[in-house]
Amino acid sequence: MLSNYFPILLFIIVSAAIGAFPIILSRLINKGKNNNKAKTSAYECGFDSFDDARMKFDIRYYLVAILFIIFDLEIAFLFPWAVALESLGTSGLITMSIFLLVLIIGFIYEWKKGALDWD
Amino acid sequence: MFDFLNNFTSLFTFFNELSILPSTLILILLIMVPLLIVVAYYTYAERKIIASMQGRLGPNVVGPYGLFQPFADGVKLFFKEIIIPVDSNKFLFLLAPVITFTVAFSAWAVIPFDSVMVLSNINAGLLYILALTSLGIYGIIIAGWSSNSKYSLLGAMRSAAQIIAYEIAMGFALVGVIMISGSLNIGDIIHAQKGSMLNWLWVPLFPLFLVYFISGVAETNRAPFDVAEGESELVAGFHVEYSGMGFAIFFIAEYANMILISALTAILFFGGWLSPFNLNSLGGLEINDVVSNILLFFINDGIHWFIIKTLFFMFCFIWFRATFPRYRYDQIMRLGWKILIPITLIWIFVEMLFIYYKVEPWFL
Repeated sequence: MLSNYFPILLFIIVSAAIGAFPIILSRLINKGKNNNKAKTSAYECGFDSFDDARMKFDIRYYLVAILFIIFDLEIAFLFPWAVALESLGTSGLITMSIFLLVLIIGFIYEWKKGALDWD
Repeated sequence: MFDFLNNFTSLFTFFNELSILPSTLILILLIMVPLLIVVAYYTYAERKIIASMQGRLGPNVVGPYGLFQPFADGVKLFFKEIIIPVDSNKFLFLLAPVITFTVAFSAWAVIPFDSVMVLSNINAGLLYILALTSLGIYGIIIAGWSSNSKYSLLGAMRSAAQIIAYEIAMGFALVGVIMISGSLNIGDIIHAQKGSMLNWLWVPLFPLFLVYFISGVAETNRAPFDVAEGESELVAGFHVEYSGMGFAIFFIAEYANMILISALTAILFFGGWLSPFNLNSLGGLEINDVVSNILLFFINDGIHWFIIKTLFFMFCFIWFRATFPRYRYDQIMRLGWKILIPITLIWIFVEMLFIYYKVEPWFL
């Protein structure tokens, strides 16, 4: 059973190696010369960059990430339920309907509150 | 030709039985190397096709019809210096493209190319793919943050918010597929679609197919959802600061992701390696000459159908880029949250009832 997963582990290792190899080789071949400030500073349309880039960002990105966690968890719950759908029968149908309805009410609340608006 | 293909298939099963390291390595390279070549020629095809659609010639200097263009580009990028910005986090900066690349390619470990040609036929195949496509976001966030450039950070933020928004719609579409097939194993999902092209899941799950493919285009940050790297506003988004091989690895990963989405659409909704024709209706045919033998081989299930279907969706990606104008960012978020997610939620309810009351074709 577990031996089925060994090729996957090996695949991940091999693809990481194939991804890293050209970068390392290219770094070894092309030693950076003339590392002056104009060349190595961050690109900002030719101006000197005048602030650290790690600045404050819009709260809505954070909000989207939180909403994502809720919905992704919901999907994680739906996966095993969907696999066993036919053997669960009526009780499975009703339980999941209640679960989904609670989430949909939350979704409608977010929608009406404007958490999904972006402008 | 048949002998060659038969030998190839038996080679595959033979290697599967020899559960030792070298044979697995050879199998992995048998998947990776053709995939890398397809990526190289996908970039060429994109430039050629978009050029044709816009009445230009496209690359035509390097080799006949410009066929060696991808390799010329690769060699050029290889010998370019990888400039690391002074204020960046050097290790993360170099790690980000590797993460993106690894995630884009390792999903292929569970993709079945044929009824026997699959590296690892695991029961949680679809779960593995969902997990890996979600991991892709780490490469983007790390790249954007470690560059310490404003354009990179903004591009990464936009890209991340967009990807996770569409990830949800994509996950719900996958739930719809699992409800019908009753399995997470990708081979079983394909077997559930046996019959003719009307038995494929795109018929009962048409809205989910549309949602899945649109989400796939958004997930890979392709036009018309490419605000994250919109040239006119963010220069190149999260990979502004990357040059040389660092950029090339991101580029390869993006195209590998597009191929993966195409292959998954072909597998989940269009029957993977299944033939679109009903083979039972051909049962009583007398076959003795070469031509009808070849014809029959072509009509039968096989890897060629998988390749044709995948190529079609790969072409769609290019077609979309040449056709649609770019969405505005708020429009993208509205489409993801307010249109695609409600559609999938309603469809899961509808499908649930159809399956409960055993309505064809939802109930198998």
